[in-house]
Parts: sequence; structure tokens; C-alpha cells
Amino acid sequence: MSLAAADLVYGYRERVIGRDIALSLAHGEVLALLGPNGSGKTTLLKTLLGLLPARGGTLLLDDRPLATLSPPERARALGYVPQAHAGTFAFTVEAVVLMGRSAHAGLFAAPSARDHTVAAAMLERLGIARLAQRPYTEISGGERQLVLIARALAQEPAYVVLDEPTASLDFGNQGRVMQEIRRLAAEGLGVLFTTHDPNQALRHADRVMMIRDGQAIANGRADALLTPERLEQLYGVPIETVQDGDGRIAFLPG
Amino acid sequence: MRPSLLRGNAIALALLALAILLAFGVGRFPVAPGDLARILWSGLSGQPSGLSPQVETVIWNIRGPRVLAALLCGAALAVAGTAFQGLFRNPLVSPDILGASSGAALGAVLGIYLSLGLFAIQLAAFAGGLLAVGAVYAVGSTIRRGDPVLVLVLTGVVVGSLLGAGIGLIKYWADPYNQLPAMTFWLLGSLAGTDRSDLVPLLGPVLAGSAVLMALRWRMNAMSLPEEEARALGLRTGPLRLAIVVAATLVTAASVAAAGIIGWVGLVVPHLARFLVGPDFSRLLPTAALLGGGYLLVIDTLARTAGPVETPLGILTAVIGTPFFIWLLASARGGWS
Repeated sequence: MSLAAADLVYGYRERVIGRDIALSLAHGEVLALLGPNGSGKTTLLKTLLGLLPARGGTLLLDDRPLATLSPPERARALGYVPQAHAGTFAFTVEAVVLMGRSAHAGLFAAPSARDHTVAAAMLERLGIARLAQRPYTEISGGERQLVLIARALAQEPAYVVLDEPTASLDFGNQGRVMQEIRRLAAEGLGVLFTTHDPNQALRHADRVMMIRDGQAIANGRADALLTPERLEQLYGVPIETVQDGDGRIAFLPG
Repeated sequence: MRPSLLRGNAIALALLALAILLAFGVGRFPVAPGDLARILWSGLSGQPSGLSPQVETVIWNIRGPRVLAALLCGAALAVAGTAFQGLFRNPLVSPDILGASSGAALGAVLGIYLSLGLFAIQLAAFAGGLLAVGAVYAVGSTIRRGDPVLVLVLTGVVVGSLLGAGIGLIKYWADPYNQLPAMTFWLLGSLAGTDRSDLVPLLGPVLAGSAVLMALRWRMNAMSLPEEEARALGLRTGPLRLAIVVAATLVTAASVAAAGIIGWVGLVVPHLARFLVGPDFSRLLPTAALLGGGYLLVIDTLARTAGPVETPLGILTAVIGTPFFIWLLASARGGWS
């Protein structure tokens, strides 16, 4: 059981963004897509979610071609956490999380008692139940990101895909969100996130795929893959490595 | 004041009841609430009401149809505006964003120019509205780059402006003594002269379109998210968007065909409703319908009674809508609550 791509070509009708992508995301595992800005991470993410059709190769969700799944089927397997945005309307946090139940409801159906239960449980799970009746537009960026994670979990997916989950967050919220990601994997979900921060990938991901110009330039276990040499190759700047007494390392650019 | 489902709808219903009593109660033949109740009862039970035949005629054939038409048109515009604001993720959108009103206006103006009968003019207006939105949708769907919603809006703006040119041309050609005043009158919106036969072509499309929008109101929340998010949540955004556009266009075209161009209602009322019950479309849509009906009825009562001659509805809605909207812009915080 996995989300698996082989020889994947992705991009838009007029323009191929990347090719030769091979990856596999299993349950209980965190995979980071690491690459500089503009490397094609987000486009790959949308392709893996089935939002953009693959331009070639194979893309399987639990051994079924992703393209043959209906939108609701897809949404019940793959949860998507976009970058937190302010939103247009001041929906309550609860209403936002309930939107995650769309794929479980009929076209004309009101949210069921079970939908409400699941939504409340997901808010509880992320420790934001107290926000349920607050307008989504009035909470902080970090809280919004947690709400969007709760919404994705309300889809009751097997895999969660997050686009730069910490991009617009302050230091403290970055830590909180990444801890939640780790916890989801511990609970058995397959988690895939994009990032341009190698330290995040090193610290929170099991495996890392490095992407540059749409090409996977390296793929493997985070601790083995993330070396200063590879990062210099990926980002094109010198990388400094710092190490603490326990042997844990972090990278500094420039 | 926090939005509240119960209190919000209670306020909307009270305003609606007040608007109806006011509409019957003022004018050349004032009808007191008691008389109104009596004549409704006699209509239901078949017993004589004991009122003068003159008053009965006013209620059944003149005031009644006009009140009903105002309620239907107001509700239609408010529901369509609410749906479009969600669909286009923009609270500044009104029901004519895709050219429904300009298309209907061109149809009506053409009908007047060709000296068609009243019913044929209404039909031309209705067809014009549907055709304009159909054209916008068809052109918009062939452009396959960028956000489909944005493409649709921009196409609507462009086509709307072309239709405006068409209206201008026909007005330029029109007979300035007979046709031009009729066109001007129609373009400013009015319910004067509405009788029972006008209600049938209005009622059908408004009820059908509103029923579709009401049925889809639970999905409208997620449809107001960015396209890819809505799809990732499992929505078939393409068919859903088409269904909402068709339904909203149906009610808008029917109301424009019956009453001419009445701006602002579809823009202002959704905001008032949001203020009362919050932005959740499942609550918002019914409340907007109630408020929209009441709002246009008050405007129409004002139009009937404020001056020695009838004031066009479009003028009144603009005079009230503009300051309201400026206040809205000035007081809007981060989100539209």
C-alpha cells in the first residue's frame, strides 16, 4: 500500500516541468521534497494529488492508477494541506474543517452527525478545539495552518500532502507544525511535504527527495542523503555544517 | 453583534412581514392589516370577505401581484448575488457579473425597437440574459490557461461591455419619441403595471433556479475556496460551477425580464444577510432570499409613494446602495463577516 510514481513526467499541457520522477510513500512514513524555490516542487505535488494530469509514466495509489479514481475517491485517500491563506469569507474554524468532509457527503447533503463528530475530533487532535467558533480570518497564521491540517485529516485520508507547511510561519509555529507532521506519521499516515529548508527535512523526514529544475537529483534516507556537498550542488551556494555534542548536525547557508 | 442563525432569521422574517404590511398599507388604496387578513381568509375559504369589490380588485389584481413580483425579484437577485459572490470568491460581485443583466437589457431594448408586444419583450430579455451568459461561459471554457474562475469573470466583463455598446447602438437608432423613453424606463427598472399574468413567467424560473441553488448550498462553502483546494476536497468543480451559473442566471434573467435592470440588490443584500447569520452558505442563502424580497419590496413601495410620479427602482437602489457600500468598504476588516 503506497502512493507510488515511476518514470513520472509532470507539468502543463504546453510545458513539461519535470521528468524521470520515481518515488514511493508508504504508510507511517514522512517524505520530504527538498528543493530551491522554482524547482517544480509544487507542480509535482499537484500531480501527485491528481489535480494535474500526469504527462507520462505511472502514478499509482494503493496499486490503482490515480487517474482512474473519481474526485471523491481521491479525496478520501489523499488529504491536501495548501499553504495557509487568509480566505475570502469569515467562515468559522469548524465550518472550514467541515469542508474536509465534502467527499464523504452526497451532493445535496448537509453535514451529518458523523461529519460533525469527525470535524470536532480532528480539532481536538490538533489541540485547537477552543478555536472552533472563531472566524478563520481572525486567527493567526500558525493556527490557520493547523486548521488546514485538521481539514485534511477530516477527509480521513491514508496520505497527507503538505505544500510548504511552514513557509509563512514564525519560528515557534514552525516547530509545532512539524511536530504534528511527525505525529501523523506515527499514527500510521503517509506524509509528504515540500520544503526548501534542508534542516527541516533532516530533522523531521524519514526520506528525502532532492529536486532541482524538475529532476530528482538524489533520493534516499534523510540522514544519509543530506550532506554539505549535495546541498551545495542543490542550492549552488557554499554550505557550512554545525554539530552539537550529541553528534546532531544542522546546515547554514553561505 | 455576533451573527446568529436564530436571531438573524427572526430579524429577516420580521422585516419581511413589516415590508409586506407597509406595501399594502400605503398608496392610493391603503389596505389595513385586518382587511388583508380577511381577504386572504376569504380567498382560502371561498366565503365573501365583506370588503368593497374595489378594494378586492386592488389587492388581487394590482397590489398583490406587484408585491409578489417585488418579493420574487428581490429574492432572486439576492440569491443569485450570494451564489456568485461565493463562486467567484469575491464579495464585490453582483448577479450581472457574467452579463446576465446586459444580455437581458439588449434583448429587451431590441424587442422595444422591433415594436414587439410586452410578453415578447420579456421573452427577448430572458433569452438575451441566458444567451449572454452562455456565450461568456463558452468563450471562457475555451481559454484553458490560468484560473478558470478569473478567466470567466474577465470574459464576462469584456462581453458585458460589448453588449453595452449594442444597447447604445439600438438606443441611437430608436425613435426618440416613442421607443427611447420606453427603453430608458425599462433600463432603470420598474414593477409598475405588473399584473397576474406577469407572475407566471417570473415564478417558474425563479423557483427552479432557487431550488437548485438551495440544494447545492452545502457545497458552496468549499466551492468558495481556490479551485485546486476545492478539487482536492473531492468536489467536481467544473459541473458544480456550471450548475450554479445556470441556476443563478435563470433567476437573474427572469427577474430582469419582469422588472428591468435593478442594480445593487444582489450586491448589498448578501452582505446584510452575512451580517445577520454569518458567511456559511447553508444559512446565508435562505436568509438572503428573505432579506432580498423584503428589501426590494420596501424599495418598490418607496418608488410608488415617494413622489407624484413613480421613481425608477434602479435609481432608488443606487441611492441607497452607494452609501451603504462605501460604509461597508470602510468598515470591512480582514474578512467579510
